[in-house]
Amino acid sequence: MTTSASGTDTLPAPLAESATAPAETELRTGSVGISVPRREDRRLLQGQGEFADDVWMHRQGYAQFVRSPHGHARIVSLDPRPALALEGVYAVLTGEEAKEMCQVPFFQIAPEPASRIEEYPLAVDKVRYHGDAVAVVLAETREIARDAADLVDVQYEPLPAVLDTVGAADPDAPLLHEQVGTNVAWHGNYDWGDIDWALENADHVVELDRLHFHRFSSTPLECNAAVVHWDQGTDTIRVSSNNQMPMFASMVVGPTIGVASNRLMFSSQDIGGAFGIKIGSYPQIAALALLSRKAGRPAKWTEYRTEHMLSAGHGNERVFLDTKVAVMKDGTILGFKTRAFDDAGAYLHYEPLGAVIWSQVCCGCYRLKHIQVDYTETMTNKCPTVPNRGYSRLQHLWLIERIVDVVAHELGFDPVELRKRNYVGPDDYPYETPNGCVYDSGDLPRSLDMALELLDAEGWRARQRELEHGSGKRIGIGIGSTLDSGTNNFGQARIINPDLPFSGNGEAAYVKLDLYGEVTVNLGTTPQGQSHETTAAQVVADVLGMPPDQVHVTAGFNQQQNTYVAFSGTYASQFAVTGLGAAKGAAEKLRAEIVEIGAFALGAQPGEIEVRDGACIVAGDEERMIPFIGIANMIYANNAVLPGELRDRISLNCRHVYVPPFEVPDPESKTGNLTLTYASQIHACVVELDEHTGEVAILDYVAVDDCGTRINPKIVEGQVHGATMLGIGAALYEAFEYDDEGQLQQASFYDYHAITALDAPHVKTGEIESPSPFTPNGAKGMGEGGGAPLHAICSAIQDALGPKDAIVSDSHNPWERVWRLIHSGERGEPRGVRVSGGSAAAGDSGR
Amino acid sequence: MAEPDVVHSIEFTLNGERHEATVSSRQLLVFFIRDVLGLKGTHIGCDTGSCGACSVIVDGKLIKSCMMLAPQADGTEIETVEGIAQNGELSVVQRAFHEEHGLQCGYCTPGLVMAATFLLRRNPDPTEEEIRRAIRGNICRCTGYVNIINSIQRAAGADSREAA
Repeated sequence: MTTSASGTDTLPAPLAESATAPAETELRTGSVGISVPRREDRRLLQGQGEFADDVWMHRQGYAQFVRSPHGHARIVSLDPRPALALEGVYAVLTGEEAKEMCQVPFFQIAPEPASRIEEYPLAVDKVRYHGDAVAVVLAETREIARDAADLVDVQYEPLPAVLDTVGAADPDAPLLHEQVGTNVAWHGNYDWGDIDWALENADHVVELDRLHFHRFSSTPLECNAAVVHWDQGTDTIRVSSNNQMPMFASMVVGPTIGVASNRLMFSSQDIGGAFGIKIGSYPQIAALALLSRKAGRPAKWTEYRTEHMLSAGHGNERVFLDTKVAVMKDGTILGFKTRAFDDAGAYLHYEPLGAVIWSQVCCGCYRLKHIQVDYTETMTNKCPTVPNRGYSRLQHLWLIERIVDVVAHELGFDPVELRKRNYVGPDDYPYETPNGCVYDSGDLPRSLDMALELLDAEGWRARQRELEHGSGKRIGIGIGSTLDSGTNNFGQARIINPDLPFSGNGEAAYVKLDLYGEVTVNLGTTPQGQSHETTAAQVVADVLGMPPDQVHVTAGFNQQQNTYVAFSGTYASQFAVTGLGAAKGAAEKLRAEIVEIGAFALGAQPGEIEVRDGACIVAGDEERMIPFIGIANMIYANNAVLPGELRDRISLNCRHVYVPPFEVPDPESKTGNLTLTYASQIHACVVELDEHTGEVAILDYVAVDDCGTRINPKIVEGQVHGATMLGIGAALYEAFEYDDEGQLQQASFYDYHAITALDAPHVKTGEIESPSPFTPNGAKGMGEGGGAPLHAICSAIQDALGPKDAIVSDSHNPWERVWRLIHSGERGEPRGVRVSGGSAAAGDSGR
Repeated sequence: MAEPDVVHSIEFTLNGERHEATVSSRQLLVFFIRDVLGLKGTHIGCDTGSCGACSVIVDGKLIKSCMMLAPQADGTEIETVEGIAQNGELSVVQRAFHEEHGLQCGYCTPGLVMAATFLLRRNPDPTEEEIRRAIRGNICRCTGYVNIINSIQRAAGADSREAA
């Protein structure tokens, strides 16, 4: 069911991990680029993985949070005694107690005045969203903990809820955080080029009144979970969790609970999906640490699905008002201006970083020169947002694709030709955007051609024309062009707050030769299905001239044994660059050490030594060789045979930190190189709309991916499939909505319709490889996917609508919304778009 | 208010072995399997019977173990993912998932292995539509189902080849 536009070499899959085939010639020349079978599979297929809830500790209790049923309310009283009276309850930690145990509130990324937010591990005085935690119970069993949480007596006085991100900025709106004095978390004006000039000199100006990007989440199938043990004996805190960015969590939690970072020990092995959402579990981890300290027992927490939906974190919702687009007669789009309002929810968890991260892709796939975005992020009585697959860029990329699509439809341009006219061209790379980002490589027009060919767009156009008026059906063809920017420059945080001491990026890896010459790799990353064990083995194996199945990559992350930097973790499409860059660098250091020892042992010069098949061999004299076990022996157990100079310097334990070549961006002009790589995805699809019901059926779907050099094509393709289906789910089915009191309407998988195998369409994939000139191996980060299905499906629905119908202005298009769109023309509803300067190509170059 | 817990003695077969246990009247089967029996392959994804991560086979039927109480397991034969591979040898279904890259994070995988095993026992040669229906109660957030469906098709093909 999957079509690959170009051939992919797939190795036959050896199933037993121990089956180490003799090194074949093709393995010697390298495994990168080959779909080496995944080494993670064997344990996961047999239920032998170790996920966060699989960890038990001696004397542990089960934790259950007590959560607010209100969107916004004052806590009048909180009485834990009825819960404590229940047999089997070990302890209850309240918000007040937690605050007293803390040194400081959680660190805020935001500048003044939002930096005055006082957030502690549990809510104090007030609850600010449906699901806000006010206390946490520890008990002997899960069931008792759940009962006890119900018994905690909390009296609330409801307050008016703030639910609209635009209205939240109103000075008269009720305040979430009184000490801040406003609900605005961050405001700034991004202004590159000269949009006023462009709008004055454009042949046409297209105005879009209001576009809304909806709230949803990738809802990893494994909820958050942790066992936290404040070990009084060693005064260390063991955090066995599925947090995906543990160093960030450590840096936020440590100062708050008054613990040095070298006493806060994070670990994880297998993580059941994360998608960014599991960056946001640090407040719960802090609460569990305090609970463990209070109870003198490890606190084990398994988040319930409803709890996850309510409080684990949602993706950002964003509204774009009064968008004005400057277009020339020939279809050149000069640029646009808009007012963006982003809804961060009740607390700032990782926000307001989203208020700058979108600008990594300020012009999308296009050569737009003049861009002005007046950006406001507000706090509302909703679940806090956290990074969610495509974080902050997909909202903006969706805006740009809506702009391009609406311009095509309103001015009568062919949507394909209009895109090609404005795309960054294959010869434009490295392409500098108006805000100083550098697009590394790509071929967007060829990707689009490939997508349209795989789709048979011409055939579908013919069927669209043949479809009889009055059939009750309409066909639409849509395109989604998107970028997956990867390897952040954390210096962009200074555009949000110039005082933040962050810049650059990096990842660490260790590669060592073990006691008997085995090769071991450990990484600073926290994989959640991205196959790091497999791909790191490929990269290291190639450097050391051995088959990848002879390289052992330790599973998961453990702060006490793995190496790391503050950026360590797995997020934001970067492993192929940072993680594999670190593994490659460490392997190269190890190789150099092996060669030195080998040369000494064989009485040769280092330049004469070849490293292959687990040995050092003198080139041209195969008899003179020493296997890795001999090399390891000399360092670990036999070092008196070595000259002092060698044994003092060489350890066969090599650490490397990959650091991308970034500079600090300029907060004043809001410019700089914010991201190292730009993978692209071009999606194309065909939808059929039912005029009577509004049902959207996907008749055909294509995704063409270009992420530079593919380390393991099958793994890349799997990520493309996954990102595609989550995007389709978000476009048609998945949404988090609140009622007027701030009650979440979709708090389980009954109401939140996660896409299923029955909903999922066939997906054809194609690939182009435009290696990145900026990365160690030509690869680009990928996996987030840039939300292309949201763009493509909105585009296809737009294409099926008539010229008098309203434009597609929402990223979520369930049946009822589509029905309204289909009938908006005949009902005389506002279209949400205006064109000044006359109709351009006047329809004759149209579809 | 919490009611006093009632304890039941149960007997059951787990992956071919007889077991006896005393269980709390309100304990869900999934927690009994995980917390008491210590088998961690059966996962918890939703606690509403929606996601299928906790799927096991009880008396030959595919069930969601978060929708059954542990006392109801009395007298039953339970199969979990730990019983699928024989002597370290992966089953046809497990091999097919590996070969087709039908798993990423692996959290939904045990449930899908059980669902696919159940399907192929009843219907060794399913159509794609039948496969989609058979796994509609198993949510996967990583693979987009594409390679899962490919895996089950491959397993079905391998089954008929092996039978031939």
